Amino acid sequence: MDGYLKEHPILEFKRGKKIKFFFEDREIEGYEGLPIAAALHAAGIKVLSFSERYNRPRGFFCAVGKCSSCLMEVDGHSNVMVCMELLKPGMKVRRQKGKSQKQ
Amino acid sequence: MNSSAKNQDPRPKNNIQNFSSSEFPNFDICIIGGGPAGLEAGIIARRLGAKVMIIDDNPVLGGQLIKQTHKFFGSKAHYCGVRGVDIAGILSKEIKDLGFDVLHNATVVGYYDDDIIGVLQHDKLLSVKARAYIFATGASENMLAFDNADLPGVYGAGAVQTMMNVYGVVPGKRAVVIGSGNIGLIVPYQLLQAGVEVAAIIEIMDKVGGYYVHAAKLKRAGVPIILKHTIIQAQGRDCVEAALISKVDGKYKCLPGTEKTIECDMILIAIGLSPLCELLYQAGCRIDYIPELGGHVPLHNEDMMTTQKNIFVCGDLACIEEASTAMLEGKIAGAKAHEVIYGETKQGKEIAQQAKRELAVIRSSPFEQRITYGLNKLK
Repeated sequence: MDGYLKEHPILEFKRGKKIKFFFEDREIEGYEGLPIAAALHAAGIKVLSFSERYNRPRGFFCAVGKCSSCLMEVDGHSNVMVCMELLKPGMKVRRQKGKSQKQ
Repeated sequence: MNSSAKNQDPRPKNNIQNFSSSEFPNFDICIIGGGPAGLEAGIIARRLGAKVMIIDDNPVLGGQLIKQTHKFFGSKAHYCGVRGVDIAGILSKEIKDLGFDVLHNATVVGYYDDDIIGVLQHDKLLSVKARAYIFATGASENMLAFDNADLPGVYGAGAVQTMMNVYGVVPGKRAVVIGSGNIGLIVPYQLLQAGVEVAAIIEIMDKVGGYYVHAAKLKRAGVPIILKHTIIQAQGRDCVEAALISKVDGKYKCLPGTEKTIECDMILIAIGLSPLCELLYQAGCRIDYIPELGGHVPLHNEDMMTTQKNIFVCGDLACIEEASTAMLEGKIAGAKAHEVIYGETKQGKEIAQQAKRELAVIRSSPFEQRITYGLNKLK
């Protein structure tokens, strides 16, 4: 849990319960109620998906649900905006390839 | 239709259910966006007696104020000396005390005939009808085209500010910032506060774009602001490992042989915002391109009324400016939307006039010349 800011001169971060979720079958710890993207970046994961045609790695861009650069597969659903979707215990998060084959 | 035919419904299955509008009784005024502009609009309209609803796509109200840890400038009436995040708290409390409907985690996905809007909340599609709408959807960060601009690690400066100040996660250890407007100066300073290294701020113009006071703070902290330079490439295999910058000539063309590599794992793009006016297109409002106001903006008059008389706009959607001006525009929109429904009231008229006077004072500053020039094009 090194990726989280601990001390800040102005802010105090109120975080939810520490929970476990899965990224590409790997178990990762995070805080419940954080956006999935924040928990992934705190764990050092920046590549969220691969582009449709050239398979280029992609990350987030706007972090406020406007740009669709952070679409991932979450619990079997594709195109989930992970900068907005909040983390729940046991969630299964996967990198999406292109438009994804899933519904 | 018998039950077996029902089971063979050829339409794709999804979780979206169509809820009848009866679940949401009709409102006088529906406000789309719960940032500084939308909240002020709601507070004023509600105080004047209108039945108001606010729709916002976040779990908490405040819009982009919730990530602004810096103190505001200006006069006391405009929350001078108060941090943005605290202003969000003050406005949210007032909304709660006034007691009107707020739909959280809800996105408006369409504006339909008969002035009905579609709202997606979790797995439900709701329809809402109001007698007047105030759009306060804000803006989104602009992207810059350069080699490998899609590499993870190239982020909007505001995006990193959200990650850092709202969630307490910084997606890198050493940043290069492109653009020295106010966002390009405030975010790196906040990165330093969070213990993150800022390698440099790159500005294509020959002078800093934002307020000097912000630039001076960075200079004191030892962050170089490199003028007359731009980024030409993000380098790295899976993620950003360096930024390649180049000097530009008087016509902003790159000068060969002046390239420099700066090691970093984040490139923050702070080159401006564009108003989010898609829904206004759908609603039939006239949109014009006015670069001084941020690009494509809905045409509006001094009362913040668009070319449709039941649709108002305020905040960054109307003109890319500051939160303080967004709040004043919100007050005008709230009062005038109430007026369209109930007719002119003494109190409403006074609120709008007062807000217009305060806006004029803020915009008379030499820093705001560009905005005034753009606003004149609306006439």
